[in-house]
Amino acid sequence: MTGTLTAVTALFIRDARIAIRIGGGAMIGVLFFLTVVTLVPFAIGPDLALLRRIGPAILWLGALLANLLALDRLITMDQEDGSLDLILMARVPLELAVATKAVAHWLTTGLPLVLAAPLLGLLLNLDPQATGAVALTLLAGTPALTFIGLIGAALTVALRRGGLLLAVLVLPLTIPVLIFGVAASNAAIVGPVPFAAPFGVLCALSLMSLVVGPFAAAVALRQGLE
Amino acid sequence: MPLIDLANPSRFLALASRVLPWLTAATLLAFAFGISQAYLAPDDYQQGATVKIMFLHVPAAWLGMLAWGVMSVAALGTLVWRHPLADVAAKAAAPIGAAFTLMCLVTGSLWGRPMWGTYWVWDARLTSVLVLFLMYLGVIALWRTVDDPARAARVVAVLTLVGAINIPIIKFSVEWWNTLHQPASVLRLGGSTIHPTILVPLIVMVVAFTLLFLTLHLAAMRNEILRRRVRTMQMLQADARA
Repeated sequence: MTGTLTAVTALFIRDARIAIRIGGGAMIGVLFFLTVVTLVPFAIGPDLALLRRIGPAILWLGALLANLLALDRLITMDQEDGSLDLILMARVPLELAVATKAVAHWLTTGLPLVLAAPLLGLLLNLDPQATGAVALTLLAGTPALTFIGLIGAALTVALRRGGLLLAVLVLPLTIPVLIFGVAASNAAIVGPVPFAAPFGVLCALSLMSLVVGPFAAAVALRQGLE
Repeated sequence: MPLIDLANPSRFLALASRVLPWLTAATLLAFAFGISQAYLAPDDYQQGATVKIMFLHVPAAWLGMLAWGVMSVAALGTLVWRHPLADVAAKAAAPIGAAFTLMCLVTGSLWGRPMWGTYWVWDARLTSVLVLFLMYLGVIALWRTVDDPARAARVVAVLTLVGAINIPIIKFSVEWWNTLHQPASVLRLGGSTIHPTILVPLIVMVVAFTLLFLTLHLAAMRNEILRRRVRTMQMLQADARA
């Protein structure tokens, strides 16, 4: 039991360290997020009233895409340097190992997006209450994106093909998260639905993907790599 | 015949060639009956003749979902029992399911034009069928990405099962998100709200479409097995030449 704990901690620290130190995974995600949000006014015009109205949706879409693009790094890098084989052979259950990797990935890519959201909310003319609501929904919803993405990452690692295929497979599965994330944000800003209803479903989606994601990803890795 | 016997492709092919003519005949008969019934069915007092699009639309929607169900059962067969026929069944069902889902979208869109005044509305049901269609295309893309069919089958099986868990969630979310469409009217507590003169042809058409699906699926499975045989023979031939 302690052996498993040590191994999981080591894996977690290693993944977090790699994400922070090498290639700037976390920072590039935030940079991408900033770029997407900057592009939107060029597409729809600098109308502050309109931006304020669709601001939560833009922030959610930006965070979704940033999360998606970072998924390539989740398992592929381990496959390239061979450490994935070690993880597969280790005594730690593969489900636990991939869950650990996903948590580390969320802390280094998902959480920075949540922290950046209030700043980007200023650019979209969101008032403090709306900004807080969006940040809170992102905090509750991005784990779901990471854990759903984990399945896609595992599937495409098994095929040694990522990129667009990963996006095509993962994005339809993230629709419920997007719906309830934006709905909860809008509920907090304009109503009329109480905030707690969509927000509760959003939390439920995150918790469910926390359970389904690691198992499906572990099966995909085992079946695909043998 | 127990299911394990069908793992032998020759036995399956023999069974398929015995069953297929009967299944084809049953499909043709059901369609002949169903289409004539649909033709004779009265027009709706509000929608006029356009209500007859329903006789294609509803069965197509049903089969779009049934095909994913078939794929999910096959995925379990692949992952749990490693049944080789399950791989073939899953692979054969995906394009058929996608085709029926597309048919559902197209007929729905053509029906929506006179009824709602537009080809497309972001209504709950339309949207969730569109997402289902996207997921079919994802599965087909995944099948085509891998060369080794056995490995492709196992990877696709994981995606199919994850999809099977997610489809109800997506449907629920999309419905929560927006609904313009009429509520469910064929199957619901307190009996159907559709008049029998329209309901009977509809049920016949659903049966006919299901038979069509079974026929196409069986034929596609047979073709897939033959395709794999051709591939193996070509490889053996290339090997012999080298």
